[in-house]
Amino acid sequence: MASPETRRRLGENVTAYGFLCAALVVFSLFAWYPAIRNIILSFQEVNFVRGSSWVGFDNFSYIFDDPLFATAWRNSAIFTLYALVLGFGVPFVTALLINEFRHARAYFRVLVYLPVMLPPVVVALMWRWFYQPDGGLINEILGTVGLPTSDWTNSSSTALISLVIVSTWANMGTATLIYLAALQTIPGELYEAAELEGAGIWRRIWHVTIPQTRFVILMLLLLQVVATMQVFTEPFVMTGGGPQDSTVTVMLLIYRYAFVYNNFGAASAMSLLLLLVLAVFSAAYLRVTRSQQT
Amino acid sequence: MTRRAFRRTRRCLATTAVLALTLAACSSDDDGGDDDGKVTLHINGQPPNTDERELRVFLAEIEAFEAEHTDIDIVPHEGFMEPETFNTRVAGGNLEDVFYVYFTDPAGIIEQGYAADITDYLADYPNLDQIRPELHEAFQDEAGRQYGVPTANYSMGLLYNRDLFEQAGLDPNSPPATWEEVRTASAAIAELGGGVTGYGECATENTGGWHLTTEIYSTGGLVAEPDGDGWRAAFNTPETLALLENLSAMRWEDQSMGSDQMRSCEDVMVQMGAGQLGMYVAAPDNLPTLVRQYDGTYENLGLAPIPDGGGTLLGGEGYMINAGASDEQIEAALTWLQWRFVNPDEIERRIEESAADELPVGLPMPPTPDIWVEGEIRDNVEALKEQYANVPVEHVQPFMEGAPSIEGRIEPPNAQEVYATLDNVMQGVLTNEGSDIQSLLDDAESQVNRIYGAS
Repeated sequence: MASPETRRRLGENVTAYGFLCAALVVFSLFAWYPAIRNIILSFQEVNFVRGSSWVGFDNFSYIFDDPLFATAWRNSAIFTLYALVLGFGVPFVTALLINEFRHARAYFRVLVYLPVMLPPVVVALMWRWFYQPDGGLINEILGTVGLPTSDWTNSSSTALISLVIVSTWANMGTATLIYLAALQTIPGELYEAAELEGAGIWRRIWHVTIPQTRFVILMLLLLQVVATMQVFTEPFVMTGGGPQDSTVTVMLLIYRYAFVYNNFGAASAMSLLLLLVLAVFSAAYLRVTRSQQT
Repeated sequence: MTRRAFRRTRRCLATTAVLALTLAACSSDDDGGDDDGKVTLHINGQPPNTDERELRVFLAEIEAFEAEHTDIDIVPHEGFMEPETFNTRVAGGNLEDVFYVYFTDPAGIIEQGYAADITDYLADYPNLDQIRPELHEAFQDEAGRQYGVPTANYSMGLLYNRDLFEQAGLDPNSPPATWEEVRTASAAIAELGGGVTGYGECATENTGGWHLTTEIYSTGGLVAEPDGDGWRAAFNTPETLALLENLSAMRWEDQSMGSDQMRSCEDVMVQMGAGQLGMYVAAPDNLPTLVRQYDGTYENLGLAPIPDGGGTLLGGEGYMINAGASDEQIEAALTWLQWRFVNPDEIERRIEESAADELPVGLPMPPTPDIWVEGEIRDNVEALKEQYANVPVEHVQPFMEGAPSIEGRIEPPNAQEVYATLDNVMQGVLTNEGSDIQSLLDDAESQVNRIYGAS
């Protein structure tokens, strides 16, 4: 029998426990159960009628033996690298610029955030048209100003970077707003002190802005690695993994295993490998956030 | 009872009632038998609400069938074959009793045990034995057991724009009969300028591999051949190399295919409908789609046999029956499939209905699917087709005349995986001027052999 004090505390927090239970149920059903099920499936030959059978590491042997395995990881890693160079620098610089505006700051904030509100498939279809070698918007503009045109997604040497540009354009709004929020928390006195010391704009950025936003920069860097390693929509809609597998990513290969080849065991094995790789970055993220809190 | 206690009790009762109803719904009759002695049959293939005419016809036919077969209750479900949801439906036990499939899918479905073996039931259903045997093959396992019913099929040919042929000084009544002639015609059409290209290819989403398979068949070749108990790649031949070199010459030497090559078949159809494309490989059902969705006209479009004519791809669709179906449901399903799709008594009524709705009659596609063996039914269909034709059938005459002499070949085993591999070959030729075609074929051969488990 619980003591009156315990019962009183339970009574006071019953609503909170209710919300907690709901969250636990939702996470259990839609996040943890699928994750555990995925681990189980990766060691099984999956059959939804006869029942699945245990096959040990056969699914892993199958995917390691697939020539596309290395291609998909390489493409995802290159995509992530390009995305860090473009998608990391561009929002930071944009946030710095918007932060300098005194009057039209809200207007630019909305303008930068607009692409985020477009559904990803719409963005991909729109850029397919932009990228068309004949009559596409970008080549028309380049041709008009006398610059060389490109095959964009029609060439295996330019397809991947073309997708990174789309992804950066579509997602930079969120990162920009987070940087902007971080920039606005920097006390004005620090800049004033730096100016009194004779620091120019670059020295102010280097000695005040970057150290003060270090935590946000690191956090977004890790989140971006986790997000871009899972890139799927752009290659799926715009190139289907081509030309010649130059844009096949890990997620696209998982999709093919599961829904084109009906090999759920291989898809689960590949997903498990991706989970392990991303877990490393997630652990780093947790460590960073924890160190910041302490 | 206090008011609060009453409310709590009422809530509990309501919750219990909802749970009970949910459980009752979950444990509905699995053997498809109703209390009134009817056999219930869940079927998919219902057209979407946006396709008003097809939906109306579909529902009316269910009504007519149920009036004639009062012991069968059909429960229709919207949708056709969707790879993304098919397995989840199987896993959740929600796959319909009778489900739609493309010819690319039955092999995998049979292997995984998702479809019922209907071999022993077929003899009781009229006309199923009048379907062309090669179409039945798409639904058979290695032992020749039958797991489905083919209901429509197509064979691939060369679709072309008659206006562009005339403008380029070519005879639209004498379309190219070889791949070399395709190259010549393509170059002539591209010379018209104004963004017009002579020949187009699909290259993404496995359609590049699908088209290349058709074209390999056209040279008399095969994509895969039996090898002991399994299969192995058979496309790496001098004929395929010559075929791809001809394609490469069209793309890079003649520049008659344009620069944009990473296209789906829908992109190619948009270009054809807009009158900007001379030719592409297609099935006859592209004709009404081009007219209905992409501003083409029947007067302007022609269909020829596949160039070289050494063979062509036979594709199509059919229905399979859920492995969990009871004997009664399998019998009911075959009754429905026979009545709805393999029914010579219904053909004239369906032709009249299509003509009244101003849908094309006379093309080698539904409402007169080309599924019949040579004989009385086929002759009757051909006569009706001629009688009710409402499109310029002379524009598809080259295709119709060539078809009987061209061998139709069904899709290779593990078709989608093989097509994904052959997509690479097609894309390599079309997007990389310096591509080593023999090396592309060697890589693809080794990849397809890996898929087949052949060394």
